[in-house]
Amino acid sequence: MSDLLKRLTAAGGVSGDEGRVRAIIIEEITPLVDEVHIDRMGNVTGFKKGTTSNRKVMLCAHMDEVGFIITGIEDNGMLKFATVGSIDSRILPSKRVRIGDNRVPGVMGIKAIHLQEPAERKNAVKARQMYIDIGAGSKDEAERLIKLGDYAVFDSELVYFGDGRVKSKALDDRVGCLTLIESLKGDYPFDLYACFTVQEEVGLRGAKVAAYHIQPDIGLVVEGTTCSDVPGVEPHRHTTRMGNGPAISIADLASYGNKEMVTFLIECAENAGIPFQIKEGVTGGNDAGEIQRSRGGAMTAVISVPCRYIHSPSSVMDLKDLDNTVRLVKEFLKGCESL
Amino acid sequence: MKDLIQKLSGVYGPSGNEELVSEAIRGEIESYVDEIRVDVMGNLIAIKKGNGTGKKIMLAAHMDQIGLMITHIDDKGFLRFANLGGISVANSVCRRVLFQNGTVGVIGYETELDSWKDITLAKMYIDIGASNRKEAEGLVKIGDVAVYHPLFSVGNGKYIGGAMDDRAGCALLVKTIRDIGDTPNDLYFVFTVQEELGLRGAKTSAYALEPDLAIAVDVTATGDTPKSKPMAVALGGGPAIKIKDASVLAHPMVKDLMINTAQKHGIPYQLEILEYGGTDSGAIHLSRGGVPSGVLSIPCRYVHSDSETIDAGDMDNGVRLLTRILEENISF
Amino acid sequence: MDAKMFLEELIDTPGVSGYEDEVSKVIKDAFKPYCNEVGRDAFFNVYGKKIGNGGHEGPKVMLAAHLDEIGLMVKNIDESGFISFTNIGGVDQRILLSQEVIIHGKERLYGVIGAKPPHLQEKGETAKAVPMDEMVIDVGFSTEAVKEKITIGDLITFKSPLISLAGTMVSGKSIDDRAGVVMMLETMKELDKLVFSGEIYFVATSQEEVGTRGAIISTYSLDPDIGIAIDVTHGDTPDAPKDETHAMDKGPVIGMGPNMHPKLTERLLNVARDNEIGHLIEVAPGLTGTDARAMQVSREGVPTVLVELPLRYMHTTVETLDMENVKKAARLTALFIASLKEGWEECLTY
Repeated sequence: MSDLLKRLTAAGGVSGDEGRVRAIIIEEITPLVDEVHIDRMGNVTGFKKGTTSNRKVMLCAHMDEVGFIITGIEDNGMLKFATVGSIDSRILPSKRVRIGDNRVPGVMGIKAIHLQEPAERKNAVKARQMYIDIGAGSKDEAERLIKLGDYAVFDSELVYFGDGRVKSKALDDRVGCLTLIESLKGDYPFDLYACFTVQEEVGLRGAKVAAYHIQPDIGLVVEGTTCSDVPGVEPHRHTTRMGNGPAISIADLASYGNKEMVTFLIECAENAGIPFQIKEGVTGGNDAGEIQRSRGGAMTAVISVPCRYIHSPSSVMDLKDLDNTVRLVKEFLKGCESL
Repeated sequence: MKDLIQKLSGVYGPSGNEELVSEAIRGEIESYVDEIRVDVMGNLIAIKKGNGTGKKIMLAAHMDQIGLMITHIDDKGFLRFANLGGISVANSVCRRVLFQNGTVGVIGYETELDSWKDITLAKMYIDIGASNRKEAEGLVKIGDVAVYHPLFSVGNGKYIGGAMDDRAGCALLVKTIRDIGDTPNDLYFVFTVQEELGLRGAKTSAYALEPDLAIAVDVTATGDTPKSKPMAVALGGGPAIKIKDASVLAHPMVKDLMINTAQKHGIPYQLEILEYGGTDSGAIHLSRGGVPSGVLSIPCRYVHSDSETIDAGDMDNGVRLLTRILEENISF
Repeated sequence: MDAKMFLEELIDTPGVSGYEDEVSKVIKDAFKPYCNEVGRDAFFNVYGKKIGNGGHEGPKVMLAAHLDEIGLMVKNIDESGFISFTNIGGVDQRILLSQEVIIHGKERLYGVIGAKPPHLQEKGETAKAVPMDEMVIDVGFSTEAVKEKITIGDLITFKSPLISLAGTMVSGKSIDDRAGVVMMLETMKELDKLVFSGEIYFVATSQEEVGTRGAIISTYSLDPDIGIAIDVTHGDTPDAPKDETHAMDKGPVIGMGPNMHPKLTERLLNVARDNEIGHLIEVAPGLTGTDARAMQVSREGVPTVLVELPLRYMHTTVETLDMENVKKAARLTALFIASLKEGWEECLTY
């Protein structure tokens, strides 16, 4: 499992450019499912025919991650870029990125501290003012290496550290992808659709068309979510806590969890002795919003692996939380037929 | 009408928790409709069949009210909350709230703040009189939702209470269901969920029902209070026929149908342009291949407070207007 | 019909978002000679269908350019007969002072948006823009006459007919996106010179300016295999950042980014290169502000490309466009459609 997590997080997959992640997922799930469907937006769905029931259960995790897209090439060979998905531009100075299919390395520089006015250091840098340096000396040279519209990702390797902690980019939502792959190893009475979506970070775009196609009765979204149990944040704004188990959402900005499903998830966790937490706060939003309100509506719920420093090259999670998330999803699938 | 509004506006039903409202409405209309059901989102759908020659019309009024969801319980038993829908600081300070189980609380704020402007919802809390976390947890849990404490009053022909948005609309539909005579049209009365969270119930129900046209009934703001934002809608000026808000441009055919019907029957009305906000028609009109939609609005002062104020005459005329519209032979 | 004359006619025809009845009829009539079928839905989307002459099976393609325009709406009439107004779609309040308008009431009324003379202004006042809700329209009639002719909710359009500037440049109101509609008509003409397959639907969409609403509805109704969104993008001006605007003389602009299908866009770029049609690229990091945003996620997903025309001073009464770009974009789009022959589905798969 940890090798797969490494492969999944290493793959670049900015919203709209999920091909590398998709390839890994197709390879992993093909032996586990009856059918692999790739739709015209690039969503991948692994279908497992149910043994006895015709109910449709959709598991959902998004393949895409936040990142960058190249919007311009300056005469001096520097690249202008825009952020894809929400990234706090204050984290950008002094970071490494990889651009395009050839993983061209680049750096996001900022003029040296010596050259800044004292007042300047107090102001946040805006992405609009920044650029990527790939070492090219001219526009021509840059164009030999990259092209307009190429996507870029943070260059950040997965690192195990501390007591069972992992640092990587793109934990949101490769942890969900991994959970879905693990879930496909079981057999279930109902029709299971494990859906790996595109473009969640730019507005739940992939899930909208995938849910329309699948028409599920039940949708469970597995996410990486904000964990803000760090100094400087008041306890009532922590939302989740690292190591306390998967977070079950009551509501976020995109959906209000179906109450029966949420109650059932809690029962599953309690009966199996899996630690869990209720996500505090009504922040963020995810694919459940589109699944719940596709066509005539569906039951949905969300469970998440808490991730600190989310949407940055150095997201951090606790491996136990991921293990327990996988366990909880499996427990849910064992009994969700009763919903 | 007064009793109906008093009853419905007092039922607990924040967004995502509309079950009690649904039950109350069902009790009021069950014997007047041909069919009644609840869908997977929790929308209550009541059907009154026409004679088979008319249109399939969807009427929508939302059951949910804005609320405060508990996100954290601190060591001393104070509750932190997030808003479900448009809870504002100004309308919340020192107000009483009510939980489904009857627990009452008061909304306080961190008084170390220097200025009123620094207060945000994240710096407010609910005090339920608990002296520690354990005691609080005996009364509420994370994810529970409180609503402004409903207190209903009647003053000089005005109804004042919590959740007029949109129980007034629900009451208007209930009364219309009871009053309506023979009609050519098949009428689908949908009491929707989660409107305050983004027109969610209306979206799925409109998809499932595939109506020919739709009219939502909801409250709207007025421009008749001292130094209010300019708006040509007044309390007591009659039900308002919406021209636009941020979610929908009323379809000219439906708008004209509503205006013509009001004129034909001498029912007072006003025209409404709301420069912000939205209502269920915003979701309904974009369903599938498009549903021509309009909105019948009930003028309401102090929207999203615990003292939403509407006019008795506007309600009565609203019922008259909607009933006459639904009895029309509609030709488009 | 000549492209410039058609544009002129479209600009003279009112069609503020939600009230596109009149302009949609003009467009339907204009499409008719070049289409196998034309139609209109309840939301004033106009559909022109051309059936391929190539014999073999091809895709169902939907082109979309919006026919609605931004405008104003009567909000109230005061006791002196002055008319206050709100905006429909994104209107920059700074362009409004001293503008000529037409109010579409029981009859068409000419009016002007008043401006306070400089002599009466307080010192420092000129540094701030006048907010829209402090402006009124003067139609020169008595209060009774105004109230007789005009009611709340009446539409207001700007009076700014098309003029010709140097060379092939033109200027006027609502070129966003009436130029796109003209471009679709030119594409039909170009297609008639080519061999193409499939069913090609040219849709003039309504309510784009208030949230791509016409495209949401029409794409659902048609359920196409491929979408081509056509809109305007920002032309270069001295006061705007260079990397967010486009030269006026380099041809149409092709959109790239998550909102567009990558392989289909690649094909469009190849068609441009193979046929030596000059073009530029615009990279959009998220959703575009065009019908493409709605088309891409309709039903089970519609692979969509975006063709744009550079336009200066967007959402003003002096929008400025090079007609040459309309012709070039039409030729590119027609050649792209003609390139979708047998095996077209391959470029949609991942």
